[in-house]
Amino acid sequence: MALLLKDGLPVEDPWISLDDAVEAIPDGPVIVSLDRWRRDRAVLVARNSPVGVRLKSSQRTGEIAPDLDRVALVALEFPKFRDGRAFSTARELRERYGYTGEIRAVGHTLPDQYQFLIRTGFSTVAVPDGANLATWQHALTEIGVAYQAGVAGDTPLSLLRRKVHLAAAPHPQGD
Amino acid sequence: MTHLSSAGAAGIYHYDETDRRFLADRVEQFRRQVARRLSGALTEDEFKPIRLMNGLYLQLHAYMLRIAVPYGVLSSDQMRGLAAIGRRYDRGYGHFTTRQNLQFNWIKLVDVPQILADLAAIDMHAIQTSGNCIRNVTTDQFAGAVADEIVDPRVYAEILRQWSTLHPEFSFLPRKFKIAITGSDHDRAAIAIHDIGIRARRGAGGAVGFEILVGGGLGRSPFLGRRLADWVPEPDLLAYLEAILRIYNQYGRRDNIYKARIKILVHEVGVDRLREQIAAEFERIRGPHYRLDAGIVDAIRSHFAPPPFATLPAVSTALDQARREDPAFARWARSNLTPHQQPGYAAVTLSLKPTGGIPGDATSDQMEAVAALADRYSFGEIRVSHEQNLVLAHVRQDDLPALWRDLGPHGLDTANAGLVGDIISCPGLDYCALANARSIPLAQEISRRFADLDRQHRIGELKIKMSGCINACGHHHVGHIGILGVDKHGVETYQITIGGDATETAALGQVVGPAVGYDRVTDVVESLIALYLERRTDGERFIDTVARIGVGPFKEKVYGAAA
Ligand code: SF4
Repeated sequence: MALLLKDGLPVEDPWISLDDAVEAIPDGPVIVSLDRWRRDRAVLVARNSPVGVRLKSSQRTGEIAPDLDRVALVALEFPKFRDGRAFSTARELRERYGYTGEIRAVGHTLPDQYQFLIRTGFSTVAVPDGANLATWQHALTEIGVAYQAGVAGDTPLSLLRRKVHLAAAPHPQGD
Repeated sequence: MTHLSSAGAAGIYHYDETDRRFLADRVEQFRRQVARRLSGALTEDEFKPIRLMNGLYLQLHAYMLRIAVPYGVLSSDQMRGLAAIGRRYDRGYGHFTTRQNLQFNWIKLVDVPQILADLAAIDMHAIQTSGNCIRNVTTDQFAGAVADEIVDPRVYAEILRQWSTLHPEFSFLPRKFKIAITGSDHDRAAIAIHDIGIRARRGAGGAVGFEILVGGGLGRSPFLGRRLADWVPEPDLLAYLEAILRIYNQYGRRDNIYKARIKILVHEVGVDRLREQIAAEFERIRGPHYRLDAGIVDAIRSHFAPPPFATLPAVSTALDQARREDPAFARWARSNLTPHQQPGYAAVTLSLKPTGGIPGDATSDQMEAVAALADRYSFGEIRVSHEQNLVLAHVRQDDLPALWRDLGPHGLDTANAGLVGDIISCPGLDYCALANARSIPLAQEISRRFADLDRQHRIGELKIKMSGCINACGHHHVGHIGILGVDKHGVETYQITIGGDATETAALGQVVGPAVGYDRVTDVVESLIALYLERRTDGERFIDTVARIGVGPFKEKVYGAAA
């Protein structure tokens, strides 16, 4: 079971990530694939527990957009840390669709991407078991200046420059 | 000389505390990353993109460190710092590239964090000189100086440099991404062979806007950029680029490294559909968040204010006299000077292509000499051209004879800018792990064959560009004569093209005939030139003759003779 980092700190994960092959839907918050969501939407919504939807890196925001008000969490997959599509997906969820729920990075990410993740709108990261949490926490503090506006965690300085403050920042999207 | 004191007065983006803090953070971050790699916390697979984003490549014999020279502009102090790094950590020289950067080819991994710290001390770095991110933005080497300039592209190149630096969304793109910008109608920045090519222009009332090309690129599948937009107003520049990059990041192919550049997306989707998608994205994100405020542009423009030029007559009698009296000087002045905006000044190309030399190489001694000459003659500022030469952009015409005499002892006075000897060449098999064939020794051989500078001047403008493999780092597709190393059953052979052009009349070269062996290439080049000299009409350049008479006669000349 992976740990989660929110603003650099590990948190309890109340969510159960459901495999498509498992028919039974447990009680409590569950994350399902987009396929499963489409198939079992009525059942999932009727449960009265929060539902999260997991998008593959090839699945675009448009596919979940009409349902966003019924989805409390969107998990975006990184099959490989090099596959940077989810950075755009997260940003689109925030900026284009005004999504205010939790956006979670799942799969293969590196601490060196942590600032980028937060600055494109992710709220949490599921980090692999055995990951060095100190490295992840430190990564949030490593670069204090950005040269372009992000979704979160920066304030204007001068010219294009922005001051980055991620570690202690409360998440502005209020999930 | 009275103008000695104006050294350091040229337009350069000067770092302030914010920029320095960023760079210090970045150096420290890389130090930790190297430590994590050495401890095994990072696998080589995971470390690779991190070191690439810091300009560090693993080559055939050693690490290569590629240092960003933002849009090719250096202060003399920076040049001295680079010379010192070359001496301390490399073998006393460096290599200027077609991306206006500087490479050191013999670097040790353990030295890299310290080299980056040394670079930070001169406000330089190696960020985004490789990796699947937005690379160093390139521009016209005569920006802010050349007479035909409409908009100074350095202002926007600097804005783009900042905007693209550690961009949170666009640092893990499908593939590398190169942007070039020009501010003249005559394109010296080769914008048509970049992922995004930008031409800055002026509209009603002098307002600045941009024409945008997309999908240019060489390599295995060469394409010239297609026009995406005729006019993007200045405040929308970043929003429009964000829209392009966002579409590319989401839809660019990631299944095949050879199909991952945006040129393939343009080719597969079609430029018209892509334009619609980008326009829709642009309309969505256009607004205060991404707007490039005029105040920011003005503040950055102030860094590039003209240096304190003297008021001089347009014609220099000292220059005219030296031209009349010394044929060698006159020859150099004919090929290596470019008309300046300011009366009485000229932009000067210092050729890094001496006869038999390695194109783009400069020793630490030469770098220091250039720094001193820049201080004396050109407000302490130096440019790197994509043609792998150096430029002193603001020299008084009265000083040209003295500058020329000072260049001689350093081997920097070769009168061949834009001529046969001014060859662009990639490192090829001597350094590069991907090469099929040697390119440097061949460039040296061609250069020696045409050692007679008067002959080069008689031939006129002719751009030879050479790559050691299909990756085309030497831009062979757009060479007037292009030479490409191919591997034929383990034998080095070379495919030769003619008629390529990297300027505003961009064209891809056409293959002349079957590839030839290493020993034949120089003869083939000579035959092509011989035919051109036979057939040219008054004022026709090599590529003009190719355009007029076609490839056929050239083919016949080369292969008819061989058969
Ligand atoms: S063109 Fe090929 S051989 Fe030359 S530098 Fe590029 S990858 Fe290496």
